[in-house]
Amino acid sequence: MFKNLILAIITISLVSFNAYAGSDGELNLSKEQPEEIKDCFEKLNRVTFSFNQKLDKTIIKPVAKSYRNLPDPIQRGAGNAVTNLSNLITIPNNILQGDMRTAIINTARLALNSTLGIFGTIDVANKLGFPKYEKEDYGQTLGAWGFGPGCYFVLPVLGPSTLRDTAGSFVNVVGGDPWYNASFHGNNEFLSEGLYTGSRILGGIDFRANNIESFDNLENNSLDFYASIRSLYLQDRENKIKNNQQGNLEILYKDDDGWEELENQ
Amino acid sequence: MNIKKIFILLLLLSLKSVYAKSVEPDVFVQSTVNRASAILTKSISKQDKMNELKLIAKDTVDIKGIGLYTLGSFRKNLSESQKNEYSNLFENYFLKTFSSRLSEYTNPKIEVIDKKVLNKNYTIVNSVLVGTSERPEVKIDWRIYTKNPNNPLIRDLIIEGLSLVRTQKEEFSSILSSNDGDINSLFKVLEEFIVK
Repeated sequence: MFKNLILAIITISLVSFNAYAGSDGELNLSKEQPEEIKDCFEKLNRVTFSFNQKLDKTIIKPVAKSYRNLPDPIQRGAGNAVTNLSNLITIPNNILQGDMRTAIINTARLALNSTLGIFGTIDVANKLGFPKYEKEDYGQTLGAWGFGPGCYFVLPVLGPSTLRDTAGSFVNVVGGDPWYNASFHGNNEFLSEGLYTGSRILGGIDFRANNIESFDNLENNSLDFYASIRSLYLQDRENKIKNNQQGNLEILYKDDDGWEELENQ
Repeated sequence: MNIKKIFILLLLLSLKSVYAKSVEPDVFVQSTVNRASAILTKSISKQDKMNELKLIAKDTVDIKGIGLYTLGSFRKNLSESQKNEYSNLFENYFLKTFSSRLSEYTNPKIEVIDKKVLNKNYTIVNSVLVGTSERPEVKIDWRIYTKNPNNPLIRDLIIEGLSLVRTQKEEFSSILSSNDGDINSLFKVLEEFIVK
């Protein structure tokens, strides 16, 4: 079911992309970094965004609120386990980005947390003073290799993305995610498609539960919530690609001419 | 005391006064957050807290500058009266969102940890909102406009690497673009938000 959903989303996205690419002959998934990321399908995106918001209000947010009522150790354990699994995608991406040192650290982190940390539910590596864990994915690797983001679009259920990030997610289901491979194709009685799907849903709920107030605050104070989310998502991806969690000042203020113009008035 | 001595004394006093008023950006940020924190811990109504926070924002944030900046290229097509109307609306909008966002926090503890002078006009002050059992630590950077060192002003907040001013600019741009650049559409949205 989940596999079909992913494939359907990717098919729709690619069809949409082709429609756009055919319209002006410019492919944004190139090594040229565009000045501004195009919202090529804004009308469709807003419809999808609205659908996602309804889904969030009726199902995801209430579930996230209930999740927050669970005892702290259970929440923390679940969050840790999901984060631990993400190492399986982070490590190959560390290698693909040429960051061997972090790949080795994350491999040690995965080994420690999966064993001593009881399937990742306890972050032993953190307690031992390992450097702060930073997730990596194939979309970030494509960005680090110089590929531009392409069009921005909103995926049903999964939320904001770009052509590059969706292509990156596609890599997960064609061999790039060992957890997916083992769950869907592994000959193992302990793993199943349901377990993989459950872990992805748990990751989503955990993220939502950790951001209930932030999203509420942002929504209540936004004039155009869709545009705010788009801006924040794209800024966040830029930072992650540059591995600059503090924000890259050159990126943030790349269009600082506006201030200079005001100074000179 | 002759005129010359009086003149030198006055000159020294005025220099001392100018020097004393010069405020380091990190001290300015810490002092501003301390003022806000003191209000948020008071046992007064949320509305009273919001009113007091608005006064701090008026003192310390370059609201007019941020407002004009966030209009981007649309700014160039405005008449003086439209600019004035916009600045007025933006100030009300900004103060409402600023105070509303902050008033959600009770007893926030923000610690200034570092600063980086970018040039004579800007310094970035790094701080953290100290984590609690209910929320993780949050990195907050402040972009301080220091052209007048005696009166530094906040021009942006960068929360976990995300610029609030850039987000605001892109939000306004989206509203204007989807209304053929008609500034009245933005005025209408701002007015509706202010009275909400």
